[in-house]
Amino acid sequence: MALRKAWKSFSSLLPEVLSIMMFVGISLAILSPETISRLIGSDSGPFGVAVALVAGSVTLIPSFVTFPLGAALLKDGAGYAQIAAFVSTLMAVGIVTLPVEIKYFNWYTAVLRNISALFVSIIFTIVIWRLM
Amino acid sequence: MVNKENAAIKPGLFTLLRKYRFSIGFAFTIAALYFANRPVGTEAFDISVSNTIEMLSLLPPVFILVGLLDVWVPKETIIRYMGENSGWKGILMAVFLGSAAAGPLYVAFPITALLLRKRARLAYVLFFLGVWSTTKLPIVLYEISYMGLRFTAIHVAVGIPLFLLFSMIIEKVMPEETREALYRKAELELP
Repeated sequence: MALRKAWKSFSSLLPEVLSIMMFVGISLAILSPETISRLIGSDSGPFGVAVALVAGSVTLIPSFVTFPLGAALLKDGAGYAQIAAFVSTLMAVGIVTLPVEIKYFNWYTAVLRNISALFVSIIFTIVIWRLM
Repeated sequence: MVNKENAAIKPGLFTLLRKYRFSIGFAFTIAALYFANRPVGTEAFDISVSNTIEMLSLLPPVFILVGLLDVWVPKETIIRYMGENSGWKGILMAVFLGSAAAGPLYVAFPITALLLRKRARLAYVLFFLGVWSTTKLPIVLYEISYMGLRFTAIHVAVGIPLFLLFSMIIEKVMPEETREALYRKAELELP
């Protein structure tokens, strides 16, 4: 019974998730780490933060890769605030997974949750900017 | 593999193609990239495959777990610990459940659907998602080792109260009908 349910949920989700994975694969392959760290360098200022917020919101990277990547970008010259913006949106805001989220909740809840998560990320970025 | 397993449900070929139209389109894009620029195409392929493997290793166990919990955990239990009147217990449960987890946010969605199905309070369910996205314990350890204790402490200290606040706000501004529709949807559809 539980197995049947599990299979049904899984197969109904598979088409969306598969295309999300390939979309992310294509975008990450086109944008190299050097391009990313040039865009969000430590002197890129608010523009770099904005780029990092957008980049983090639209990409999906396994969490175990997120922090090593963040640390590598820091070493390549990215700023702390920009990395904060990038990793926090990466984990909390999901534009590409929005169709899946809407499927589970509804349009209203999914959009509001993502907007609020973006707000939290922005505030976190500002705090990091002031303190680090 | 996909085709064979779907054949068991016997949808028409056309429905199947329609369901997977985006996946097929992206697969062609990757192939085109490979012929246009070999290294970029190969990398796109590698990243897609490793992401898909991560997803395939995480989602089925979560669905099975959710299916089992659906049968094992009575509604009353969830109402008592995370329901409308659970107060601090609900908040603590959300922190506990969200921190104990591992995996990307999309893995949490089936779990939230289950919680709603069992009538957990919406604000706590949304807060659970917020906790999941900042303080999953294994990831926090990872964050400390790569980004430093100070960075991680600020992340958690800023994230948790704000996510709680926003969860309450979302619940408050949501029209009654929308919220009820959400609960009905979770009850009717399987997580």
